[in-house]
Amino acid sequence: MTTDTRLGAAADTGKRPHQGSRTRAEARAGYVFLLPWLVGFFVLTVGPMLASLYLSFTDYDLFGAPEFIGADNYKDLFADPRFRKSAQVTGLYVVLGVPIKLAAALGVAMLLNAKRKGLGFYRSAFYAPSLVAASVSIAIVWRAMFIDDGAVDRALQVFGIHLGGWVGNTSMIMPMFILLAVWAFGAPMVIFLAGLKQVPGELYEAADMDGAGRWRKFVNITLPMLSPVIFFNLLMDTIGSFQVFGSAFIISSGTGGPADASLFYTLYLYIKGFSEFRMGYASAMAWVLVVVVGLLTLVFFRTSKFWVHYAGEE
Amino acid sequence: MSTSGIQDGVANVPPEQSVAPPSREDSIRLRKQAKQRSRVGSIVYHVVMLIMVAIVLYPALWMVMSSLRPSSEIVGNVSLIPRQGTIRNYITIMDGIGGVSTWTFFANSMILAVLSVVGVVLSSAVTAYAFARLRFKGHGLWFGIMIGTMLLPFHVVIIPQYILFNTLGMINTFWPLLLGKFLAAEAFFVFLVVQFMRGIPKELDEAASIDGAGHFRVFATVILPLTRPALLTAGIFTFINAWNDFLGPLLYLKRPDLYTLPVAMRLFVDQTTTSDYGAQIAMAVFALIPVLIFFFIFQRYLVEGVSTSGLKG
Repeated sequence: MTTDTRLGAAADTGKRPHQGSRTRAEARAGYVFLLPWLVGFFVLTVGPMLASLYLSFTDYDLFGAPEFIGADNYKDLFADPRFRKSAQVTGLYVVLGVPIKLAAALGVAMLLNAKRKGLGFYRSAFYAPSLVAASVSIAIVWRAMFIDDGAVDRALQVFGIHLGGWVGNTSMIMPMFILLAVWAFGAPMVIFLAGLKQVPGELYEAADMDGAGRWRKFVNITLPMLSPVIFFNLLMDTIGSFQVFGSAFIISSGTGGPADASLFYTLYLYIKGFSEFRMGYASAMAWVLVVVVGLLTLVFFRTSKFWVHYAGEE
Repeated sequence: MSTSGIQDGVANVPPEQSVAPPSREDSIRLRKQAKQRSRVGSIVYHVVMLIMVAIVLYPALWMVMSSLRPSSEIVGNVSLIPRQGTIRNYITIMDGIGGVSTWTFFANSMILAVLSVVGVVLSSAVTAYAFARLRFKGHGLWFGIMIGTMLLPFHVVIIPQYILFNTLGMINTFWPLLLGKFLAAEAFFVFLVVQFMRGIPKELDEAASIDGAGHFRVFATVILPLTRPALLTAGIFTFINAWNDFLGPLLYLKRPDLYTLPVAMRLFVDQTTTSDYGAQIAMAVFALIPVLIFFFIFQRYLVEGVSTSGLKG
C-alpha cells in the first residue's frame, strides 16, 4: 500500500524533479559500482603505463634512482642483435603459428558442423588441450617428447625421417613451438563452430540449386558469413601469440636457446628486466611491443571493412 | 523422401535411371542404397574423427602413461602401454623440493586460485552491473576503454607494477597476484558478465525499484542471482588461468615455501638431472589434476563460455 501512495505523490508533484533525482541517484550508483574497476584501471594500468613510458627513457636498476638518458634505450634496442633476434623469433611464430592454428580450427569446426552422433565428445576432446597448452606441465612434456631419440623422433623414424632432437636444434625448435600453438586449436575451433551454426542453411540450398560445388560454397558463403568470427580469432590469437612466455621459459630453461632460436620477445624482456635488472631497457621493449601490437590492431580494424561482412549490412 | 540421405541418393543416380518414374521396387532399392551409402559415410566420418582425436590427445595420454614408467623407459618410448607399471615417480615427487612439501605448493596454488575466483566473480559482477544496467555520464567512454584494455599486451605494466609492489613491500605476498582480480582488471570476464546481464529483462529491476529497492538491493537480490551462469563460467576460467599462471608467481614469490606448483616445477626441472624424466612428468600430471577435474565437471560451461564470448582459458 505504501508504494501506491508514494507513486501517487510522485505523480502529483510532477515528473521532472523526481526523474532528475532518480537520474542523479543512478549516476551516483553507477560510479559507486564502477569504483573498483576505476581504481584498478588507474592504479594497475594507466599509472604503470605512464611509469614505464617514463622509465623507458631512463637507466634504472631498481636500487638507485632512475637516471634520465633520453632515447638511448631505444637506440640501443635497435642496435642490439639479441633484440632483433627476439623480434624475428616472435614475428615468425606469429606469422606462421596463427594462420596454421586458425586453419586447423576452421577445418575441424567444419567437420564438426554436421548432424551426427558423438559430436559433443569430439568437440570436448579437441577443446581440452587449449586449457593446458600454455602450462608448465605441458612444456615439460613437450620437451621430453621432442628431445633427441624422444618419442616424436622415434615415431618419425618409422617413416624413415630422422630429425634428431627438435629441442636442441636451432631450425627445429620453432616448428616445435608452432606445433604446441596448433595443438591448442580447440578454443578458436569452438568459436568457429558457434559461427558456423549461425550461417543460414538456405544460403547453401540456394547455392546447390545454382549447381555450386563445395569449394565455391566455401569461398562464397562460408568464408564471408564467418568473416566477423575470423576477424575476432585472428585479432585475439595474434595478440596472444605475441605474449607467449611460460612454455618458452621452461623449454629453454629461461635462456631462449639454442643460440637464441627460442628467444621469444617476452622472454628477452623478462631476462633484461628481472635477470639483468635493466628496468629502463625492458620498459622500452614493452613500449615497442605496445606500439607494434597497437599498429597491427589498427591495421586489422582498418582493413576489416574490405573483408569482414556483417549480416544485414550491404 | 524425408531425410537428406535419400535426397543425396537420388541426386547421385545416373540420369537414365531417374528419367522413368521410379517403380515401387526401384524406390525401395534406392532407399536401401542410400541407407548403405550413408552408413558407409558415417563409418568413414567417425574413423577419421577418432584418428584425429587420437592424434590430438596423444601427448596427454603419453604424459599420463610415462608418469607410470621408470625414468629409463620414458625417453623414446612411443607406445602408450607401460611394460611394468610403477608409482615410484609419484612417491618421489611427494618428497617435495628443497625441503618444502609438494602439498605446500599444492596448497599455495589452491589458495591463490580460489581467492582469484572470489575476486574476479565479485568485481566482475559489480563492474558489469554498472555497465549493463546503470546510465551515467561517461558510460560509453569507460566501456570503450575497458574493452580496449583487452587488447593491451600486459607486459607493458609488469615492470612498473613490480616496482610498485616492491616499494610497498609486497614481494613474497599474494597481494600482487590478487589485487588485480579484486579490481576487475580482467576485462574479458567483465565483458562476459555484461553481455549476460544485458539479456536479463529490465522489467525485473523496474519491478523491484518500484517496490522501493535501491540499486544495491536490485543488484544483490535481483541481478546477482540471475547472473549465476555467467559468473560460474567466469569463475571456472579464472580458476584454470590462476592455477596455470607462471609469470606472476615467478615474479612475486621468491621463497620456496610460497611457490605455486608451476614455479616449483621449474625449480624441480632445474634441480633434477635431466635423466629423471619420470619424476618431472609425474609432477606435471599431478599439477594438472585439478584442471582435469574442472574440465570433466564443467566442460559444458567451458565450451559455451568460449563460444559466446571468445574466452580462451
